[in-house]
Amino acid sequence: MGFFHRNRQLTPYLLLAPGVLWLAVFFVVPLGFLGYQSLESGNIDFGYAFNWAWGNYWTAIRDYRAQFVRSIEYAGIATVLALLISYPVAYWIAFRGGRWKNLLLLFIVAPFFVTYLIRTLAWQTILSDHGFVVNTLQSLHVLGPGGRLLATSTAVVTGITYNFLPFMALPLYVSLEQIDGRMLEAAEDLYASKLHAFLRVTLPLSLPGVVAGTLLTFIPAAGDFINAQLLGAPDNHMIGNVIQSKFLELTDYPAAASMSFILMAGILVAVAVYARIVGTEQLTGTAV
Amino acid sequence: MSSASVQPRKPAFGALAFLRRQVLTVYSLLFFAYLLLPIAVVVVFSFNHPIGKFNYTWQGFTLDNWRYWDGVPGIRGAIILSLEIAFVASLIATALGTMIALALVRYGFRGRATTNILIFLPLSTPEIVLGASLLTLFLNLNVIFGFWTILIAHIMFCISFAVVTVKARLVGFDRHLEEAAMDLGANEWTTFTKVTLPLIAPAILAALLLCFAISIDDFVVTYFNSGSKITFPLFVWGAARIGAPPQVNVIGTAIFLVALTAMLANVLLQNRRSKGAT
Repeated sequence: MGFFHRNRQLTPYLLLAPGVLWLAVFFVVPLGFLGYQSLESGNIDFGYAFNWAWGNYWTAIRDYRAQFVRSIEYAGIATVLALLISYPVAYWIAFRGGRWKNLLLLFIVAPFFVTYLIRTLAWQTILSDHGFVVNTLQSLHVLGPGGRLLATSTAVVTGITYNFLPFMALPLYVSLEQIDGRMLEAAEDLYASKLHAFLRVTLPLSLPGVVAGTLLTFIPAAGDFINAQLLGAPDNHMIGNVIQSKFLELTDYPAAASMSFILMAGILVAVAVYARIVGTEQLTGTAV
Repeated sequence: MSSASVQPRKPAFGALAFLRRQVLTVYSLLFFAYLLLPIAVVVVFSFNHPIGKFNYTWQGFTLDNWRYWDGVPGIRGAIILSLEIAFVASLIATALGTMIALALVRYGFRGRATTNILIFLPLSTPEIVLGASLLTLFLNLNVIFGFWTILIAHIMFCISFAVVTVKARLVGFDRHLEEAAMDLGANEWTTFTKVTLPLIAPAILAALLLCFAISIDDFVVTYFNSGSKITFPLFVWGAARIGAPPQVNVIGTAIFLVALTAMLANVLLQNRRSKGAT
């Protein structure tokens, strides 16, 4: 097309325009509306008016502190659990997978092929009061005779850990897979023990994967409300549950909007602190 | 450190020694059992014959749930809506995403960094915030919720995934092939359709499938922007409150099998291709 040829500087902008506009109008602008709404006061019957109601934020933090803390707590525990559970497996696939690597990776993402809500409902079945898991734990006296798993924080964390596990395992695998086997041979030649070689060579080299996996798991986990709704009791509810019900059931839009912003800010702060600890190089190195 | 690692080890026999050497393999197998357990539950309970409305405990084997997969009011309409949305959203999002990826990899232009951030941000924003902010936009503009609001939302969160997928392929792409085509007198458009497009076609297909999968599985953003329309995940959510019927497991199993088949075919194809290359 001659047009593109004559306007080479224009081509990238023409290619970008539709997609970028879509994201601008339906992602950036809505965030603006959300911010605007969070500073309004009023109610659904008499309408809302914008009046820099910063009080919405303080009220949200005061009234729903427990849910905010719980979200960070559950998401944090689930992220650490996912890391501990999936690291050895990612290692195993990367170094011992051989020609089965692709197939094993397929197994790792298999949970994603089952609708999110349906696999969470499956956990409801697994952890149910007269299910196999509860009966076993009761006979081992880990749980008391009337003890249950469903409607506890354990169930919610179990669900979150499971649901976001592939987000952790995949980046771990990618970073472990890239490690040059000769590095480990060199370590062995220099009389490093297996443990030493792992701690001094493998682990540091896999750190980008750890960072990426941690973020990919923590961010969606902190905003989740499905696990708490389906596996937890009301006192296991996370901030996502509050935002959801304020928006869709109570129509208290300003409160819900301010909570969404606090959640986002909280996640950004957590990510920033984390980046500070592990170093920003790791962070940007793994960014898309 | 211990000198044991330097000295040759004594050969150990017996089951315990075998386990010790294979501890990682054994652990990994246990891990996969854990990972696949809920999937097995979904599949098995699609054949359950529940008494009453709760499908929690095994009561007996039946094929009726599969035979009458749409025997629950509303489930057929929900599946059709989900398929329609996923089909249209993945097509549009992949087209827009491919164009962005081409611009980002192929051209130097002002605003590149900003574009990169704009692509990255939706991926790192919690879904609930994506859904809630779109809801406030539509509410404030008095948009009627329904098919179009769901479609708009799905295209929005799919674009970034499409860009990332296609970009990954374009980065490792041999530009010499295009230069050769140009040297042979092809103009830019012919080069694009005859050389570039066929080469990135697998990535475009991958992006399409990824967007389709993400769209058909989405609950949170849809929940905020659906109005009275019900997609399949929304149907499951509503059904879960009063006890999900086994038909939900049937559809879940069917989606799982379709996705698994597609991915298996892809893995086999890749394996064959890499074998052919060596």
